[in-house]
Amino acid sequence: MIEYLLVKHSYWFYIAMIMVGFYGMMAKNNLMKKLIGMNIFQWSIILYYISIGSKKGGTLPVVITGQAARAADYINPLPHVLMLTAIVVGVATTGIALALLVILYRKYGTLEEDEIIKAIKQ
Amino acid sequence: MSPEHYPSLIVVTPLMMSFIVFAAGLFNRRICYPLVIATLCACFYFSVTLLARVMQQGSPIHYYLGAWDPPWGIEYVVDHLNGLILVSVALIALLVGIYSRSIAAGEFREEKLPQFYTLFLLQVTGLLGMTITGDAFNLYVLLEIASFSAYAIIGMGEGAAAFAAFRYMIFGTIGACAYLLGVGYLYILTGSLNMADLRDLLPPLYGSRVLMAGFAFLMVGVAIKMGLFPVHPWLPDSYTLAPSSVSALLAPLFTKVGAYVLLRVLFTIFDPTFSVTVIPATAVLGWLGVAGVLFAGVMALAQADLKRMLCYLIVAEMGFIVIGIASANRFGLTGAVLHTVNDMFMMACLFTAVGTINACAGTRNLRDLRGINRRLPVTMGVFVVAALSVIGIPPLCGFFSKWYLVLGAIKAGQWAYVAALLISSLLSAVLFFRVIEQVYFAGHETGDGSKTVIDRIPLSQLAPMVCLALCIMLLGVFSGKLINTVIAFAVPAAL
Repeated sequence: MIEYLLVKHSYWFYIAMIMVGFYGMMAKNNLMKKLIGMNIFQWSIILYYISIGSKKGGTLPVVITGQAARAADYINPLPHVLMLTAIVVGVATTGIALALLVILYRKYGTLEEDEIIKAIKQ
Repeated sequence: MSPEHYPSLIVVTPLMMSFIVFAAGLFNRRICYPLVIATLCACFYFSVTLLARVMQQGSPIHYYLGAWDPPWGIEYVVDHLNGLILVSVALIALLVGIYSRSIAAGEFREEKLPQFYTLFLLQVTGLLGMTITGDAFNLYVLLEIASFSAYAIIGMGEGAAAFAAFRYMIFGTIGACAYLLGVGYLYILTGSLNMADLRDLLPPLYGSRVLMAGFAFLMVGVAIKMGLFPVHPWLPDSYTLAPSSVSALLAPLFTKVGAYVLLRVLFTIFDPTFSVTVIPATAVLGWLGVAGVLFAGVMALAQADLKRMLCYLIVAEMGFIVIGIASANRFGLTGAVLHTVNDMFMMACLFTAVGTINACAGTRNLRDLRGINRRLPVTMGVFVVAALSVIGIPPLCGFFSKWYLVLGAIKAGQWAYVAALLISSLLSAVLFFRVIEQVYFAGHETGDGSKTVIDRIPLSQLAPMVCLALCIMLLGVFSGKLINTVIAFAVPAAL
């Protein structure tokens, strides 16, 4: 059991991280904290993707021509490339969310969700 | 510009033009609108050509981006199913684009217009891209392009729109991340992201628990994005508060393209044997659909705001499509595909009509719309045509898709589905006759003596609405032809 936990320790870390993010998005009242939760949620998935591409003893995926290449010697670059896109997506989400929060703060003078809802209902 | 590059051009053109429109808007704001319309016309032309070619050669078109062969490169595939969806999306985007001119001019400050058109084109890029791509990860990227432009453009709306947009964003990000995680699981198992390749590689792994977890993540992600019943709460708020020019584009298209993605995940990435037998996904979806149809029907009845009522109607219509998919036979799926297309046109028609009513009357509250038919006879006529189609009156398209959905449910022996479909039709009849009564007949006693005049609204609003109403009628009249020539080939052969 201990061995099972230790061998997969990175996965346990991502699960903990995604749960922290999810809790932040669902349970926090402050919209900025929700946004931070959302970021943690996204980054945990990005870390998870990056970890699935790495190999023990693997090196940079650059093959020098003329040499026979063994796939096991190189880390898998594809998940890392995918995550470049996902990082851009994450940054764009944060940008739009911050813009929306600026609009909300100017309008209602607060970022607490319950206060904004109260102001909307009036 | 030879026809073999159309699959990439249909996505690249609106993407590039969105930047050009933004840049051009810095110098001359008047040029934005013609540029947008030209782009949308080009997209529509590409989509029609692609569908015609698919129908002619009878097999899918494969396009390899950058000439990288799949599964290494990104592949765009056009078959009968997404050819049809592409044409519908491009046509509705074009009509709503034309419609948006005068509405947007009333809703946004003038210096905001280029930004509005930029986001509009990005939205179209995302929707067309989601439809055409044959790569699971590329779908995620395009889904996020469509979602971002939706968040931003909804945030430009009235009242609490920014708050609704933020909530939508929280929900949408959970959905997108769940989808991404699901794709990651499939990638760990197979090392491939290409949908057709995944379909070949996955069957030996159908018992694997990792695969089931990945499938569940994909389902949750797509369900959130398409506004399926228990995860729909973002939908009514954000689409109600979005500007009319935007909700007419978003509300009909985004959810339906989501339904298309659901079909792709269930029947293209996975085999029907997996999604129907190994994991009873269709049964779960079916019951969610039943619950959604009934819940949303009742919620729609409770709304005084016409647009919010339509938003709940969308949730109900998504339930319809999912029930068709859940029947998991040829009739049910034919109904689901046909209803996806029909519903795009019906909702576009209803949302454009309500947008015009809102712009003219300054309100969407049902009680204040008494006698609006005297000021807007054509708009209300268009609204009634679409309403009758949603209820399912025979010559209009809504009847035929419901007919197939009910047939499919009967054939699957699921009487609960049949009951939900029929009850929901009754509910929508009550819903719309309440509106029609309120508008046409409730004002008669007071009779303010104003005569009926043709709508005093710009032609750019009137013409697209009438076109959409005509489309609803034509889709109804020619539904048999459409099913025989296109949808019959779009339904997975294994069913």
